[in-house]
Amino acid sequence: MEIKRPVPVVPAPVWKTFKDLQEWEALHKERPDRGDKVASAFETLTEGIHSFPGGFIVTTPADAFLNWARKSSCWPVTFGLACCAIEMMATFASRFDVERLGMVPWASPRHSDLMIISGTVTIKMAPMLLRIYDQMPDPKWAVSMGSCSNSGGPFRHGYHVVKGVDRVIPVDVYVPGCPPPPESLLNGLLLLQEQISHFRQTGKRAAPSPKVD
Amino acid sequence: MLQPLTDADARARLAEFPDAVVGAAGNPITVSVPPAKWAEFAAFAKDVLGCRFFSFMSAVDWKEEGLEVIAWVDNSEGGFSLLMKTRLGAGVSGCPSLVPVYRGANWMERECFDMFGIQFEGHPDLRRMLLPEDWVGHPLLKSYAVDTPYPPYR
Repeated sequence: MEIKRPVPVVPAPVWKTFKDLQEWEALHKERPDRGDKVASAFETLTEGIHSFPGGFIVTTPADAFLNWARKSSCWPVTFGLACCAIEMMATFASRFDVERLGMVPWASPRHSDLMIISGTVTIKMAPMLLRIYDQMPDPKWAVSMGSCSNSGGPFRHGYHVVKGVDRVIPVDVYVPGCPPPPESLLNGLLLLQEQISHFRQTGKRAAPSPKVD
Repeated sequence: MLQPLTDADARARLAEFPDAVVGAAGNPITVSVPPAKWAEFAAFAKDVLGCRFFSFMSAVDWKEEGLEVIAWVDNSEGGFSLLMKTRLGAGVSGCPSLVPVYRGANWMERECFDMFGIQFEGHPDLRRMLLPEDWVGHPLLKSYAVDTPYPPYR
């Protein structure tokens, strides 16, 4: 059999949704308006009341009440990616029992408020992760659990791993560890509750920290 | 009923294939063949030596010396294994396909193509196996740069 040199084939790029990194970064700075009518109406209403003289007297207790309600029933979507998911399951189980914090692991993104990214996010998995995240109703939060989803972890220099899930979705709390024990995740979830209790408005959040690499 | 081939029998029968270079004693039997005889030797291994189970296939990038394709086939009746190797040579990435001999080689060769860019000639459906279709490059080659950017996730 004759051995021939292959003809190099340059495949066409398929990532058509984002043309380049600048567009992606601009999207990353601020959460995009994904057409949540209820949230935007609520935001308009809150803004209107707040701009009225003395209106903060109304909005502050209302916000406090709503944030109390949000943080007291923050349901994480059942979504495990790698070995961190084992620790996440242990956190959900009876010994650590996040249900006493009002967190019911729920098997549908459409009823969930929180996504715990528990494991390595591969480049092939990232669009699916983004899709699940998009299916969650606003307001929603994300906890990055473990080194892999924080920064890529031990696979950072691999060819197939997203170097931190914050390049895909906005993240509220980063839990370090490889994997983080249930205590760490529990601490992260308590920090998230603390953060939710200071959640002021829908649809806006701080810009992510600048990338150094 | 015929007695299954033993390890020693298989080593004796390998003398029938003149281009095969047999390695040291022990299991598996390591055989190096030139790439032109790759598919022919696979048929020999399946029919004469009775290695009918295709276990796995991979490749090694020896940089300047080129790629080496390896395949492991088993004779489960005789209880021995055969490790087939072929050196493609520097700069060559074409290799005969084993799919006409072993159907189990189909996905393995696709993975090999995915990771090393080896063009298996005669493969019915040589597409990427694990990576996305639009991936540029073959990541297990030594020449593949670490931290190759991949937008939008970098």
